[in-house]
Amino acid sequence: MSTIDVNGKQLEVDEEGYLANINDWEEAVADVMSKQDDLQLTSEHWDIIKFLREYYEEYQIAPAVRVLTKAVGKQLGKEKGNSKYLYGLFPYGPGKQACRYAGLPKPTGCV
Amino acid sequence: MAKPTFQVPELQEYLEIPSVTPGTMAHSKPFYSKPEFQKPLGFPEELVDNWQEKAIVKMGELLTKYKSVQVFLDACVKCGSCTDKCHYYIGTGDPKNMPVARQDLLRKVYRRYFTFAGKYFPSLVGATDLTKEVLDDWYSYFHQCSQCRRCSVFCPYGIDTAEISMFARELMDHIGVGQKYCNEIICKVHKIGNNLGLPGPALADTLEGLEEDVLDDTGVDVKFPLDQEGSEILLVTPSADFFAEPHVDGLVGYAKVFHEAGVSWTLSTEASEAANFGMFIGSYENMRKISQRVRKAAKDLKVKRIVFGECGHAWRVAYSFLNTLAGPWEFLDPNYPVPQHICEFTWNLIQEGKLKFDKSQNDDMVLTFHDSCNVARASRMGADPGGQFEIPRNVIKAVCNNYQDMDADTIKERTFCCGGGGGLLTDDLMELRVKGAKPRMEALNNVIKDKGVTHMAAICAICKSQFTKVLPYYGMDMSQIVSVHQLVSNAIVLTGQTDQ
Repeated sequence: MSTIDVNGKQLEVDEEGYLANINDWEEAVADVMSKQDDLQLTSEHWDIIKFLREYYEEYQIAPAVRVLTKAVGKQLGKEKGNSKYLYGLFPYGPGKQACRYAGLPKPTGCV
Repeated sequence: MAKPTFQVPELQEYLEIPSVTPGTMAHSKPFYSKPEFQKPLGFPEELVDNWQEKAIVKMGELLTKYKSVQVFLDACVKCGSCTDKCHYYIGTGDPKNMPVARQDLLRKVYRRYFTFAGKYFPSLVGATDLTKEVLDDWYSYFHQCSQCRRCSVFCPYGIDTAEISMFARELMDHIGVGQKYCNEIICKVHKIGNNLGLPGPALADTLEGLEEDVLDDTGVDVKFPLDQEGSEILLVTPSADFFAEPHVDGLVGYAKVFHEAGVSWTLSTEASEAANFGMFIGSYENMRKISQRVRKAAKDLKVKRIVFGECGHAWRVAYSFLNTLAGPWEFLDPNYPVPQHICEFTWNLIQEGKLKFDKSQNDDMVLTFHDSCNVARASRMGADPGGQFEIPRNVIKAVCNNYQDMDADTIKERTFCCGGGGGLLTDDLMELRVKGAKPRMEALNNVIKDKGVTHMAAICAICKSQFTKVLPYYGMDMSQIVSVHQLVSNAIVLTGQTDQ
């Protein structure tokens, strides 16, 4: 299994770069992963990453797109509560890219 | 969208059959399964010792079980009708993506071990030993077939490459060579109940959110019931309908239709998935085990009818195999088909005049319809032949003012696959998915240019996710793919509705 270097620690990731162990996650993981994608994380990105982690902790799954956009709309204003805004932040798709940065497993299925 | 690391095909005005470029997709193969996704499915954890021998024994077993495959392997006369019909050949030019060549990968091994000529004069009849090289080719090219069956429509013998590819995948699974995407997902269905691994509480939370949204939008308290015992109808729908866009807008549409019909309905945590990836890997046992969840849910919830949501291959399994896999359905109401498609359900209500629409709500769109392969070529819908083509179109036309079909050679039984069906909807096959979408993208692009089409509707979760991903590669927008019941949802006028 391949690994990524986070502050000197070697953390295991799967073939697609998702953390093998969710408990390995720390904020620096998102920084390292986003650098690999040439993406500069802003506070807007962090709002999403933190929401994903909170939701996962409660439900053991990433939130559905509609759940996520609604939460973002409530927190940051209605004009941001849509998937266009999320794709603007995470061009590889909010479900997959943001989950990876948040240390969550990749959503599977017909999505 | 991520930057492509491959050449995206250019769209043409007319379908162009590419010249042959051998080996151009030989590098394409999905991630291999892992031990933890093999064992729960009843397969060896990794490539077994003496795998050649075991594969041939298994092949013999499967040939007695699936006589059709033996007929397909024997019957081909190499007429060439299929060679230019596969979207993956058209998109890649790799000759092994010609259906006959894909079949030959299995046929040459079958001949070597199961025919007289192949046993004694292999080189005269194109028979070869099962080597590691052949196995690698199988893994690569049987995961470049979306089991869409378009080639079989044009084959004078009706040879079904989908069945051959299912057979080959089953064979590989039995010697420990599985595909990660499908097998991980099937594990999740066995364990949690759906492809996503969406546990009950998360599903309940998601549905509650949708109830709030519809109430906000319309002022009408439309319910999304879960595990409601004694309901009339059990709705079995792909879990993508809970999770992704535009799928979820279709789910909202189903709920509004049920609400207006005044019929009680429920979703189930036990059967929170319509998809049945057991079919993609050719595993009857896994397909059966997944289908049994539907039976258990229907019995436990004491429903009288089963309706399936918008999911292509699920409808094939439901329409064509459900009775064998999970029947008999003697406890359901015999006055209704088992199961019924949501489009048929809605169309019946429309014909009875029970639904009211404001079609102008869809006036910002000009629609076309993408026939999903498994609905078009592997099932029917409603009481009349061709219902699977007409009913979804009738529903769209009943709720939209603007509709145009794509070129006749690319729709109905001649429809082109979205490029992501048959267990290939995974990021590790993105190049194949983009290239395989070319014929569909071309037909769509032509009606966009010539007929002013703006959106394409579909009734398959895989098609919807695939188009969301590949449309941007071809310079189009991901929001141009919509659910059929999303259009219904936009136009339906609910009793007591306050706001449009």
